[in-house]
Amino acid sequence: MYAQALDQKDKAPSRIEDPVKLAAFEAHCAADDKIEPKDWMPEAYRRTLVRQVSQHAHSEVIGMQPEGNWVTRAPSLKRKAILISKIQDEAGHGLYLYSAAETLGVSREELNDQLLAGKAKYSSIFNYPTLTWADIGTIGWLVDGAAIMNQIPLCRTSFGPYSRAMIRICKEESFHQRQGYEAVMVLARGTPEQKAMAQDALNRWWWPCLMMFGPPDAVSEHSETSMRWRIKRFSNDALRQKFIDATVPQAHFLGLTIPDPDLRFNEASGHWEIGAIDWDEFKRVLAGEGPCNRQRMKVRRAAHENGAWVREAALAHAEKRARRKQAAALQAAE
Amino acid sequence: MSEAAMPLYEVFIRPKAGLSHKHVGSLHAADDDMALNMARDVYTRRAEGVSIWVVQSKLIAASDPVDKDMLFEPTASKVYRHPTFYDIPEEVGHM
Ligand SMILES: [Fe+2]
Ligand SMILES: [Fe+2]
Repeated sequence: MYAQALDQKDKAPSRIEDPVKLAAFEAHCAADDKIEPKDWMPEAYRRTLVRQVSQHAHSEVIGMQPEGNWVTRAPSLKRKAILISKIQDEAGHGLYLYSAAETLGVSREELNDQLLAGKAKYSSIFNYPTLTWADIGTIGWLVDGAAIMNQIPLCRTSFGPYSRAMIRICKEESFHQRQGYEAVMVLARGTPEQKAMAQDALNRWWWPCLMMFGPPDAVSEHSETSMRWRIKRFSNDALRQKFIDATVPQAHFLGLTIPDPDLRFNEASGHWEIGAIDWDEFKRVLAGEGPCNRQRMKVRRAAHENGAWVREAALAHAEKRARRKQAAALQAAE
Repeated sequence: MSEAAMPLYEVFIRPKAGLSHKHVGSLHAADDDMALNMARDVYTRRAEGVSIWVVQSKLIAASDPVDKDMLFEPTASKVYRHPTFYDIPEEVGHM
């Protein structure tokens, strides 16, 4: 999902690496040993990870917006408390990931600037609107479900801090998916209007969720190196298929229809086969032309600007207290 | 757009009484009090701990990975430091 960054072209000129160090590094990766921040690493490995981990972090942060849209309108106090907890988790996910990226020598401020300047990407999925309450359940079920598919193999990724962040995150994601599925289940078993609402949400989210896994393997440019360096462990198509096979029966259990007339079960392979994905839509959304791209960035920038005085005040307060402590210590010494 | 950087802190949590504090991650905060508050909000949302330590990352002295072999390799040859190095007759019983 959030691994979409791995499919982007690396535009920076590649450095010529010391062949002895490079060979040792690659042997290390091949043996499934972890790479830690201070270890030697090829420049391209560092760059790929900074991009991948920071874009994953941006996705967690921007991902709070579509859900935040329903906090004040959740149908009950229970659902509201659950939704707030989930959103708070996503803020935490952003923080774990920014911290992991920072161990590679970039600052939080730099990463934040890249996002606010529109230079860094985040997952395409968060550029879709949450029109009804059913969207909130559907996001937990499908969006977090797709995230889990992607993030479980990332727990074993070669870069230590990223892997440790993913382990923490995966522990929390299971709650996200289950609360979402349960919320959809309540609607699917409710009045005809509620069931129609659940179906409508599935209709709108199904295809964008499949796009979360990134372009088909045939056109994905980065996979090979990322696989060799054990940053990524499964191909986009393999993960997408895993998600489809897991999710189709879950939809059927709810009595909902997957919005794909070509969907069929292949008895021989044991897999669900889908119709064609509209990759033009995916490209448009990534290029900034999704339904909510502009709004997401506007809200993010406003949140950052409106919080500036709080950060300034906190630093000024800390400085004042440190000064007073120093003065008191000096006085005591005299 | 850039503003003053917040100090980076490392967070250590004691999962329960009797266990030692373990590194769980990092965060940025203006001072120690805020770092503790934020560590509580971010790293103990599901009863992960009973005690928190925070320390500014810049105050930690760390060994250099380049020295890894020099520092840690010599212990590999000192097998006599392990109990399994010694053969004790079975008649003696568990030792
Ligand atoms: Fe998340
Ligand atoms: Fe989540």
